[in-house]
Amino acid sequence: MKVRAQIGMVLNLDKCIGCHTCSVTCKQVWTSRPGVEYAWFNNVESKPGVGYPDEWENQDKWQGGWKREPNGALRLRQGSRLGVLSKIFANPALPEIDDYYEPFTYDYEHLQQAPEQSASPSARPRSLLSGRTLEKIEKGPNWEEILGGEFERRSRDRNFEGLQKAIYGQFEQTFMMYLPRLCEHCLNPACVASCPSGAIYKREEDGIVLIDQDKCRGWRMCVSGCPYKKIYYNWKSGKSEKCTFCFPRIEAGLPTVCAETCVGRIRYLGVLLYDADRIADAASVDAERDLYEAQLGIFLDPDDPQVIAAARRDGVPDAWLDAARRSPVYAMAMRWRIALPLHPEYRTLPMVWYVPPLSPIQTAVQSRMIGEVGGLPDVAALRIPLQYLANLLTAGDVDPVRRALERLLAMRAHMRHRHVGGTADPRPAERTGLTPAEFDAMYRLLGIANYEDRFVIPTTHREYAENAFELKGSCGFTFGNGCSGGETSLSPFGGDRRRTVPDEGGV
Amino acid sequence: MALNEFFFGIYPYIAGTVFLLGSWIRFDREQYLWRSESSQLLRRGSLRWGSNLFHFGIIGLFFGHLIGLLTPLAVFETLGLTPPDKQIIAMTTGGTLGIAILLGLILLIHRRVSEPRLRANSHWSDWVTLVWLLATLLLGLSTIAVSARHLDGREMLLLMGWAKHIVTLRGVEAAALIAGASIVFKIHIVFGLTLFLIFPFTRLVHVWSGIASLGYLLRPWQLVRSRRLPGT
Repeated sequence: MKVRAQIGMVLNLDKCIGCHTCSVTCKQVWTSRPGVEYAWFNNVESKPGVGYPDEWENQDKWQGGWKREPNGALRLRQGSRLGVLSKIFANPALPEIDDYYEPFTYDYEHLQQAPEQSASPSARPRSLLSGRTLEKIEKGPNWEEILGGEFERRSRDRNFEGLQKAIYGQFEQTFMMYLPRLCEHCLNPACVASCPSGAIYKREEDGIVLIDQDKCRGWRMCVSGCPYKKIYYNWKSGKSEKCTFCFPRIEAGLPTVCAETCVGRIRYLGVLLYDADRIADAASVDAERDLYEAQLGIFLDPDDPQVIAAARRDGVPDAWLDAARRSPVYAMAMRWRIALPLHPEYRTLPMVWYVPPLSPIQTAVQSRMIGEVGGLPDVAALRIPLQYLANLLTAGDVDPVRRALERLLAMRAHMRHRHVGGTADPRPAERTGLTPAEFDAMYRLLGIANYEDRFVIPTTHREYAENAFELKGSCGFTFGNGCSGGETSLSPFGGDRRRTVPDEGGV
Repeated sequence: MALNEFFFGIYPYIAGTVFLLGSWIRFDREQYLWRSESSQLLRRGSLRWGSNLFHFGIIGLFFGHLIGLLTPLAVFETLGLTPPDKQIIAMTTGGTLGIAILLGLILLIHRRVSEPRLRANSHWSDWVTLVWLLATLLLGLSTIAVSARHLDGREMLLLMGWAKHIVTLRGVEAAALIAGASIVFKIHIVFGLTLFLIFPFTRLVHVWSGIASLGYLLRPWQLVRSRRLPGT
């Protein structure tokens, strides 16, 4: 057993209102720079839909993730090591920027400089790639917002597999949910495995997957290797970039920007302990439907004395073990099993998990439009088909999704009896196997969602990570070599001119 | 002739020094600017044919030059290859690879010129690199016509001798050796050497990284880094 800790995330889709605050704050902090205008380290998709970039879930097209060979070994879907290397001159599975969207701005200057004319001037869109005026904006971020566009296109969503999707195109039958997405910081990341330069790595201490910007050479195999399409090629710098899980904040014990600013309080951050020796076994189980359980199998119980002893031996600090015991992520993913991984069939063992959404049902139940099973509304009759959620979260196995939804409903029934009155019905608790005390804890975490319950993040132990004496007087957190930013007009090695000019006029 | 001595006895060392020192300094100082600068994301276009033809061709041609120029004559003799035989081999393999590269280069240049996105995002050094490679290649291909006029392998032996003298640091003798060689060969050599001169200042530096990426074949799939200082 080799114990490692990771900060994992859970998103409670039941409460996501699709406000995009996470995406916008993330963009402000991380990707409001030339070259990554089109990149959203965090984005929120309306499902069903093809998503961003187009059809990212279609791995026949994009070749992301892992494939299990008949002999049980794993290899990247995009090829063997030699296969990957032979494709670096032209990557056949690399999306074009139009698969995301062509970044644009508006010609605002024209509004101020237009001569006197009979009609008021307009700011026309202009491509940030070529500088040319765009006749028509073909696509933009979140192009399918709230089921925008025709069903024909949205129905290419791969999660419709095994469903009679045509009926969901009818207005009366349609359903919708939001899916906020970010890098999964996988235990078995396909991007790391795809990088010929070895620039992408997983941090041992907190599991964050990062790209070393100095070592990245722009071979862009990671972009196609990642099945979630969460690595973005910066077309200006020629380097790949990705969600950093806001590691400077995490190190200081603060939540990521997306989690901090979530107005619906749907995001949770907490420590998970896992057995690094069993990653390969868990990722290569035969049946795709077993991958969810296999991944649960390598998470370790932070209350188990043997685990604690092994964790101490492997250098996990006590503060982290304490945080692991109070982890909201462990509670939702392991204790209550209400959080599920996104597309476990990609075999990357993702670490950003989702509580499946209930459709609004209370009125439907009261007006007897939905039947009851064991004192609970029948989850199979919910507007969002169970199979759709299962295709999204459990490689098609509906049982874990059903269990999670029933537990959410049972928790609601429990609290409803407490607050609205009436006789407590023991059947939901029996059916879902949770105790009243657990329902109370679930309610506190999901319903009240206090800041300190949502984010249990131990700070990094910098004393073993760096020598403060050597950091004294060094340069800050920036691109380039730390001091020069890598971009000077005088450098014979190229790069753009500085966009800010030093003021030589004095004060 | 002084010019001959400079270009074939001294210039190779200037180019070589700039190539090695420049690469080293750039790698040490500005790794963030060390990249292949792929434009595939902006527009794929004819990249698949263009880039593959060009790259596989030029890798072959590079090793062709290396082996052809620097292998000791004794090795060819033991293999039973006479100089005329070797010249024919050099002309055919070089010619085939050269045509492949030429096709690739034309596709790549056309792609870059015809697509506004790529034109807007091309640095002047990209154009210099492409045009210089094209010029060097065309000169190289035209040496085939020169060689075809005398198939006895004598001029080839002189060129091999020049290369061997250069790498063994005997510049003056090297320049004297090819004083009488065809002007086409000579210009081709100067253009080729200049590629080494501009190498550290252009995207060509990614060639080093291409070689380094061979390590990928041997490394484990996953990489984990610890922030822990050694010994803690």
